[in-house]
Amino acid sequence: MITGPIGIIFYSILLLFLPVLLAPLLKNNQRVLINASFLTASAASLLGIVAGVWTVGGAFTNRIILAAGLPDLPFHLRLDPLAGFFITVICLMSFFISVYSLGYIKGYLGRRPVTSLVIFYNLFLAGMMMVVLADDALFFLISWEVMAAASYFLVMFEDERIENRRAAFLYMIMAHIGAIAILLSFGVMAGLTAGLGGFNGYTFDAMRQAQFPIGWATTAFLLAFFGFAAKAGVVPLHVWLPEAHPVAPSNVSALMSGVMLKTAIYGIVRVTFDLLGTFPWWWGAIVLIFGLISAVMGVLYALMQHDLKRLLAYHSVENIGIILIGIGLSMIFTSFNFPMLASLALIAGLYHTMNHAVFKGLLFMGAGAVLHATNERNMEEMGGLIHRMPWTAALFLIGCVSISALPPFNGFVSEWLTFQAFLLSPALTSPLLKLLIPLGAALLALTGALAAACFVKAFGVTFLGHWRGHRMPHVHEADWFMRSGMILAAFTCLVLGVLPTFFIDWMNIIPEQLLGTKMGAGSGAFGWLWLAPVARERASYSGTIVFLGILVVVVAAYIILHVKPGAIQRVPIWDCGFGKLNERMQYNSTAFAMPIRRIFGFLFHIRERVKLTPAGAYPAVPKRLHYYLRIRDRFWGWLYRPVVEFSFWMSRRVGRLQQGRIQAYLIYSFITIIVLLVFSK
Amino acid sequence: MDLNIAAQLNSFLAAFVLLTAFGMLVQRRMYGLVHLFAWQGLFLSINTAIVGFEAGKHHLYISSLLTLTLKVILLPYILHVLIRRLKLHKEVEVVVNIPLTMLMGIALVIFSYYLMAPVSRLSTLVTRSTLAVALATVMIGLLMMITRRHAVTQIIGFLAMENGLFFAATSATYGMPLVVELGVALDILIAAFIFGIFFFHISTAFDSLDVEQMARLKEEE
Amino acid sequence: MNIYRFVIEFLQIAILLTIAPAFTGWVRMLKCWSQGRTSAGLFQPYRDIIKLFSKDVLLADNASWIFRFTPYLVFGTAVLAGGIIPMLSLELPIASAADVIVLVALFAIARFFTALAGMDIGTAFGGMGSSREMTIASLAEPAMLMAIFTVSLASKSTSLSQMVHVIYSGQTVIRPSLAFALFAFILIALAETGRIPVDNPATHLELTMIHEAMILEYSGRHLALIEWANMMKLFLFIMLGAATFAPWGIAQTGEPAAIFAAFLIMLVKLVIVGAVLVIIETGLAKMRIFRLTEFLGSAFLLATLGMLSYFILE
Repeated sequence: MITGPIGIIFYSILLLFLPVLLAPLLKNNQRVLINASFLTASAASLLGIVAGVWTVGGAFTNRIILAAGLPDLPFHLRLDPLAGFFITVICLMSFFISVYSLGYIKGYLGRRPVTSLVIFYNLFLAGMMMVVLADDALFFLISWEVMAAASYFLVMFEDERIENRRAAFLYMIMAHIGAIAILLSFGVMAGLTAGLGGFNGYTFDAMRQAQFPIGWATTAFLLAFFGFAAKAGVVPLHVWLPEAHPVAPSNVSALMSGVMLKTAIYGIVRVTFDLLGTFPWWWGAIVLIFGLISAVMGVLYALMQHDLKRLLAYHSVENIGIILIGIGLSMIFTSFNFPMLASLALIAGLYHTMNHAVFKGLLFMGAGAVLHATNERNMEEMGGLIHRMPWTAALFLIGCVSISALPPFNGFVSEWLTFQAFLLSPALTSPLLKLLIPLGAALLALTGALAAACFVKAFGVTFLGHWRGHRMPHVHEADWFMRSGMILAAFTCLVLGVLPTFFIDWMNIIPEQLLGTKMGAGSGAFGWLWLAPVARERASYSGTIVFLGILVVVVAAYIILHVKPGAIQRVPIWDCGFGKLNERMQYNSTAFAMPIRRIFGFLFHIRERVKLTPAGAYPAVPKRLHYYLRIRDRFWGWLYRPVVEFSFWMSRRVGRLQQGRIQAYLIYSFITIIVLLVFSK
Repeated sequence: MDLNIAAQLNSFLAAFVLLTAFGMLVQRRMYGLVHLFAWQGLFLSINTAIVGFEAGKHHLYISSLLTLTLKVILLPYILHVLIRRLKLHKEVEVVVNIPLTMLMGIALVIFSYYLMAPVSRLSTLVTRSTLAVALATVMIGLLMMITRRHAVTQIIGFLAMENGLFFAATSATYGMPLVVELGVALDILIAAFIFGIFFFHISTAFDSLDVEQMARLKEEE
Repeated sequence: MNIYRFVIEFLQIAILLTIAPAFTGWVRMLKCWSQGRTSAGLFQPYRDIIKLFSKDVLLADNASWIFRFTPYLVFGTAVLAGGIIPMLSLELPIASAADVIVLVALFAIARFFTALAGMDIGTAFGGMGSSREMTIASLAEPAMLMAIFTVSLASKSTSLSQMVHVIYSGQTVIRPSLAFALFAFILIALAETGRIPVDNPATHLELTMIHEAMILEYSGRHLALIEWANMMKLFLFIMLGAATFAPWGIAQTGEPAAIFAAFLIMLVKLVIVGAVLVIIETGLAKMRIFRLTEFLGSAFLLATLGMLSYFILE
C-alpha cells in the first residue's frame, strides 16, 4: 500500500489505465465510451492536482521503488516539490482539457470511431505524469517513449489526410533524435557514476551524488539540452512543432502545446540544477541565447501564419523561448554565485511554464471550438465570429490578453519577473555579460510587443469584422462542456495574474531546494498584495490593484455616462460615399502582418508575386489581380535539407548491398559473424 | 574647476563623441555628415582643452586649438566646397541597411569595451574610462568606410578614424608630443587636399564618385 | 495621514482629468501661432469633449461589445496611470502597484484594445490603423525597455518614486547615460503618443492616418472618452518623462504648501514641454511608415548607448 502524495498520483496513473482497458469493450457504444473515459481522466487529473499542490505546499519528498521492469533494475519513483509543481501543471491542464473533451470529442460521433483517440489520450496523460515521477534513467526513458508514442498516434488520428501522416512522421523522427540524445546523456552520467560495468549508476540518486569532470559534465549537458530542446521545439529544432500540433485534434493540440512541451522544460531543470548541480556560466548563456532566438523567431513566424492553430503552435516556440530565458538567466546567476537572483529568474521561468500551459491550453481549446463550429482553420476565410460565438470569443480574448503579456492577466506577471531578472544582471562581475545581457531584455520586449501584434491579428481576423469567406457556414456556439473547460482555464489565467504572490509563495520551495534560497515575494503589510521580487524600493507590481483600479474606473465611467440614457443608433459603416464596401475589402491576416513582414522579411525566405490581368477597355484598371505569397523557414534550407539529402545519399549507397539474392545476404551474415569472432577473441 | 567635475565633463564629452560617430554612421545626407563631423571635432577640441587643464599639460591647449581650426572649420569647409562644386547627391547610398549598421556599431562598442577593460584597469589617469570610447570611434570610422559607397563619405570615415586615434591619445597618455601632433595635423590636411584633387579627377573620369565604379578597374579575364 | 495620502491621489487624478485637455489646447494654440493662424483658444478641447458627450452615439451595424467597451478601458487605464506616476507628490498610496514596466504595459493594454476596436467594424481603414499601430508599437517597445534599463541602472530601481528619491538625494552628477536615455525617451514618446514625425494627430487623410484610422467609426460619448484619454496619454508621457529626468519640484512630503509649489512647477514644465513639442512638430515632416524603422532604431541606439556609457564611463 503506497500512501502520501505519491500514492495519490500512483493511483491516479492507474486510474488513467482504466479507460485504456475499457475502450475495446465499449467500442460499440462510442458516446458512453467518451463520457466514461474523459470523466475518468478528469477525476484522475483532479487527484493529481491535489497531490501536486500538497507536495509543493508541504515540501515533501516521497519515493517508491517498484519491482517491475527488468530483473534487478527496479523502477524508482520520486516526488519532490519540482516534480510536484510539474504534476500540478500537467494535471491542472489535463483536467480542463478533459472536461472540454467531453464536448469536443462528441463532434466526431457519427464521423469516425474515437476508440484509438481515447486510448492514446489516456496513455499520453499517464506518460507525462510518469516522466515527471521517474527517478531513474530507465523509467524516465520508458515514460518518455510512452508519451512520445501516444502523442504520435494522436497526431495520426485523422490519418486519411496526407499532411497528418507527414507531420506525424516528422514528429516521430525529431522525437527520436531527441530521445537518443537524452539516452546518451544519461549514459554518460550513469557511466561516470558507477563505471560501465554495472547498472548501479542509472538511478538519479546515484547521479546526484556523483561528481563529474567538467568535460564529461558538459557533454552530458549538451546532449541533454539538445534532446530536450528537440522536444520543446527550440529554434532551430522547432520544425516539427508547427506541423504536428495543428493537425492533431484540438484537445490534443492543447495538451501537446500546453503541457507536453513542459516535460522538456522539466528535463532541462532536472538535469542541470539537480543531477549535474554545478556548471560554468556559459551553459546558462547557451540556454539564454537559444531562448532568445526561439522567442523572437517563434513570434515572427507566428505573425506570418494564417492558419489559426499553426499560429498558436508557433507561439509555443516563442513561449518556450521565454521560459528558457528565465532558466538561462538563473543558471548564469547561479554560476556567479547570486542565489537570490538565480531564484528570481528560476521562479520567473517556472511561473511562465505554468502560465503558458494555462493560456496556451485555453487558446487551443478556443481554436478547437472555432474549428468545431466552422470546419475552418484558415483565418483568411473567417471573421465576425464574435456575434455567433460570444462565449468562445470572450474566453479566447482572455487567452489573447494573457499571452500578449498585458496586465492584469498571468502572462504579464512572469514576463515582468523575467524583466526584473534581466534588470538585475548589472550585478554580474563579468564585463562582457553586463553589456550583453541587457540586449536580451530588449529582445524580450520586442517579443512581447510582437506577440501583442500577433494576437490583435489572430483575434481581430477570426472574431471581429465580417465573415471573409465566400459563404458563411452555419456556426454554432460551443456546448457547455467545452465552455466550462475554457471558463476554468480563463479564470485560472485571471487568478494567476491577480494574485501571483500566493502561487509564488507556494512554489518558492523549488528554488529553495535547488539553489538554497527563496525568492522574496511579498513584503510589509498586505504582503500578498504586492509582488516585490527584491525589495519594494526596487520594483513592485500589484495585479490586484491594477485589476481593481481599471475595473472601478471603467464601471464608474460607464455609470456616469449612462445616468441619462443616451441613444445609440445602429447605422451602416462609413464607406466614404463609395457605396460598394464589401467584406473582401477588410484587412485580413496577410495584410495585417505586411508592415512587420517588410521590416523583418530578411529573416525569412519570402517569394511575393503580383499578377495583373489587364481588361480590354481600360488598361489602367486590371480585371483580375492575382497575389502570390510564399514564406518559408530558412532553417529548413540551412539545416534540414542537407541532412535529408545526405541521408538519401547514404541510403542509396547502402541500398547497393541489397542484391535480392539469398546467397549475398548469407555472405553478409557470414562476414559479420567472422568479424565479431575475431574481435571478441 | 575641481577634478571630479572635470572627469565628469570628460566622460560626458566622450559620450558625445561616440554619439556623433554613430550619427555619422547612420546619417543619410551628405551635408549632415559634414556637420556631424564638425561637431565631433568640436567635442574633441573642448575635451582636449579640459584634459589639458586638469592634467596641467599646456601643450594640449595648442592641440585643442589645432583641432578646432583644422577639424571644425577648415576641413568641413573644404568638404562643403567639394560637395557644392561636384554637385554631389544629397542622399548617401549605403551598402548595408541602416538598422543593421547600428547593431554592428553597438557590437563594436561592446567589443572595444571588452578589449579595453583590462587596459583601463591598469591606467591611473582620470581619462582612462574613455579609452574604450576612443577605440570604438576608430572602429566605427572604419565600419563607415566599409558600409558606404561614396568616396566623400569614405574620406569622412577616414577623418573620423583619425579623430578616434587622437581621442585615444588624449585619454591614454594625455596627448602625443606636440611635434607628432603637428605632423599628424599636417598629414591630415595634405591628405584632405590630395583626396580633393583625386575626387575631381575621379569624377571627371567616371562621372560619379561611387566607389563601386572602381570595381571596373580590374583586368578582364 | 493615510486618508490625506488618498486625497493627494485623487487630487492628482483630478489634475490629470482637467489639465490634460488644456495642455492639448496649449500645444494647438502654439502651433497655430507658429504657422500664422488664429487659434481656437486654450479651452477648445474642453468644448469639443463636452459637445461630444452630449451627442448621440452612432454605432456601426457590425460593432460588437469590444467596440463599445474599448473607450471605457482606454479611459480607465489612463486614469489608473495618472494615479501611479508622481506628478505632485511621492506619497502616493497606489504608486507601488506599478513600476515603469507596468506603466508601459498599461499603455499597451489600451493600445491592444484600440487596435481590436479598429478591426471590429470591418473597414479597411480600421485594419490599416491597427496593423500600423501594432507595428510601430512593437518597434518602440525594445527602445522603451532599453531606456528604462538605462535609467534604472543609476537608481537601481524601476519604481518611479525611488528614481525621484535617488535623483533628489544624489549629488549633482552629470550622467551621459541619462542624457542618452532622455533623447531616446523623447523619440519613443513621439511615437507612442502619435505625434509628428510618426503620426499626425490632425490628419484625416486616409493614407497617413494611424491612430485616427482606428477610431474613425467612433462617435458621441465613445469618441469623447477616447479623445480625452488620448490627451491624458500625452500628458502622462510628459509627466513620466518629468518624473524620470527632471523631477525637481515634485513634493517629497505631503505638505499642502509643497504640493501647491509642485503644482506650479508642473505647470511651468508643461508650458516649456509644449513649446518644445511644437518646435519639433513644426520643424519635422511626417515620415514614411517604413522610415520609422530608422527613427525607432535610432531611439533604440540612443538608449543602448546610454546603457553602454553607464558601464563604460560612469
